[in-house]
Amino acid sequence: MSASLPFSQKHLLGMEHLSAEEITTILDHGERFLEIAERPIKKVPTLRGKTVINLFLEPSTRTRTSFEIAAKRLSADGINFTASSSSTTKGETLIDTATNLDAMSPDIVVIRHAQAGSAYLLTKHIKAAVVNAGDGQHEHPTQALLDASTIRAHKGKIEGLTVVICGDIDHSRVARSNIFALRKLGAKVRVAGPRSLLPLGIESLGVEAFDRVEPALEGADVVMMLRIQLERKAGGRFPNTREYARYFGLNPRRLALAKPDAIVMHPGPMNRGVEISPEVADGPRSVILDQVARGVAIRMAVLYLLGGGSDATE
Amino acid sequence: MADILLRGGRVIDPARNFDANADVLLQNGKVVRVEPGIAAAKDTRIIDVSGRWVVPGLIDLHTHLREPGQEYKENIETGTAAAAAGGFTAVCAMPNTAPPNDNRAVTELMVRRAREVGAVRVYPIGCITLGQKGETLAEMGEMLDAGIVAVSDDGKSVMNSEVMRRALEYARGLGLVVIQHAEDTCLSAGGPAHEGAASTRIGLRGQPAAAESSMVARDLELVALTGARYHVAHASCADTVRLVREAKRRGLPVTCEVTPHHLTLTDEACAGYDTSTRVNPPLRSASDVAAVREALADGTIDAVATDHAPHSSVEKDVEFELAASGMIGLETALGLCLELVHANVLTPMALFARMSAAPAKILGLAGGTLAPGSVADVTVVDPQVAWVCDPTRFRSRSRNSPFGGRNMRGRAMLTIVAGNIAFAEEKLVG
Repeated sequence: MSASLPFSQKHLLGMEHLSAEEITTILDHGERFLEIAERPIKKVPTLRGKTVINLFLEPSTRTRTSFEIAAKRLSADGINFTASSSSTTKGETLIDTATNLDAMSPDIVVIRHAQAGSAYLLTKHIKAAVVNAGDGQHEHPTQALLDASTIRAHKGKIEGLTVVICGDIDHSRVARSNIFALRKLGAKVRVAGPRSLLPLGIESLGVEAFDRVEPALEGADVVMMLRIQLERKAGGRFPNTREYARYFGLNPRRLALAKPDAIVMHPGPMNRGVEISPEVADGPRSVILDQVARGVAIRMAVLYLLGGGSDATE
Repeated sequence: MADILLRGGRVIDPARNFDANADVLLQNGKVVRVEPGIAAAKDTRIIDVSGRWVVPGLIDLHTHLREPGQEYKENIETGTAAAAAGGFTAVCAMPNTAPPNDNRAVTELMVRRAREVGAVRVYPIGCITLGQKGETLAEMGEMLDAGIVAVSDDGKSVMNSEVMRRALEYARGLGLVVIQHAEDTCLSAGGPAHEGAASTRIGLRGQPAAAESSMVARDLELVALTGARYHVAHASCADTVRLVREAKRRGLPVTCEVTPHHLTLTDEACAGYDTSTRVNPPLRSASDVAAVREALADGTIDAVATDHAPHSSVEKDVEFELAASGMIGLETALGLCLELVHANVLTPMALFARMSAAPAKILGLAGGTLAPGSVADVTVVDPQVAWVCDPTRFRSRSRNSPFGGRNMRGRAMLTIVAGNIAFAEEKLVG
């Protein structure tokens, strides 16, 4: 693969500071890596000899697994450092943990952390490239990239589409990263949910805010449902999950308000029957599992571009 | 101590509405004469201050000296040295020490340490409630006897309305001002940033300005009920300012302070997750900053107070949301406030009213004026000297300032406390 388009970032911390061209570069590389999953031997030597540390200081199964598979398929040596095995429980600071890991000369550190800005903090203290795998309620850039990849594959483009992001916008790093990315790529973005889950000033990010889902869904090309994050104290923001499902959940009746060919997305893990009904989640317009498949390819692209790997696909 | 003659400066004394070129003679710890062309006696030390401003020593209503208990962040010696270097001749020490200053023994310790090692005057502030828990009134009478000048649970808000009511009543009987850190902690919920467009974009949990203003609103009703003297610590938002303005119109005995950082930084300063920008109340929106600047100019806000809050790297070299709140301010306050003078937001007279005359009046402290007969607490300011803020050179023991690298214009050149030189910029006094 030739280095077709420019990518000069050292780290991937968020979508806010990437250009549309840089996002497109990652998406293009991701599409090429997608094919590797179809091969009988799902491995290329691209990052052989490179070390990738997955520093996951907040519980995560799917994102960590996705990064781990991505690293392995690129022949990198991947090491997991998770919260349960971490020294942070022994009172060590994030900076100390990071500088200790950096002393072992990894090439890339992938960090998942409960606090906003933690990936950024890491870049001030270590030499390795840093990939933000989710920092508090700030950003989750690889999720936005895999979402953009999925939309582009199913719609042929992103520019001019109307995308509705629905649910717990306030606590959602997925929403923030998607808003930044999709706006840069020319989509119209609507956010919808109970007003108590829409953060103050959300309109300043260039989105239209709705406190009922029905008007937001009208004419939508893409419907992205967010997980209700009960673990982030979203609970007190609305009466209960039953009422949430009734007024804000995506069911076939509501989905009918969107365009007939609208696709349905969810970053997972889903609360079935709360923000999304099983009929919709498993229905013909759901692309949720395609999102997961593309997640691996996009993360391979990110590791490849930051890891300075050699030949991409051979 | 030798007599000191400050010769040739511009004397600005807001308490007397005096602004003219004059010499100032200090004798036996007092200001004795302020007039042009004072002839010096043989032993008098003459200091040429031409081109400089001679002002009543700055008084900080809101300082955290961290002694006793957190001397690794600051102590009375380093904190008062920082104060002197910043042009302050007196600081009011907040009681959230360890243990807190909620009883006579701690007050006496602070007074004694200040006498032994303090470069400037130290006025302890006592707790409103035991352990700052907001439950049981602290022994205000005994602390008053030992030297406190006001009460406050600063760092914490008195949430319980009944406790606040009784505190106001009891303090009124003692003639003590109640200083409130106004924050509805149910509403703020520990949010590390101001809730608004910036916190939404950078993904920090926010606390709304209403967490402050709603508590001020409640307190003002209690002030109306009790008639007690009430002072709003670190007012930071437009709604607080509006409430205080209305309360003053109603004739309520309320005063108010603002910090230099709430006058000069917005919530956008938190975008790089620099933990020195984590303060409580948080840095607010641009419209809030405009409102507090306007209120400082029109006198709704009576005083500038630093909320000098030293923290070490242990508290600050961590994730933004886990960092302790507070920044140091004694050595940057004057430079930052002079920005308002250079920008014609404040006249020099108004600035020193807010930084000296008003603080003295609010708590009934010595100084705050250069009237003959008053204490010889004097600051000499070079309003034009350019300097670059470098926290590594501060006298404070801590370094948690976001102003490193900022180009400043104007600073204190000489700080005199009770007729003794507490700080002198080397270039001025050899």
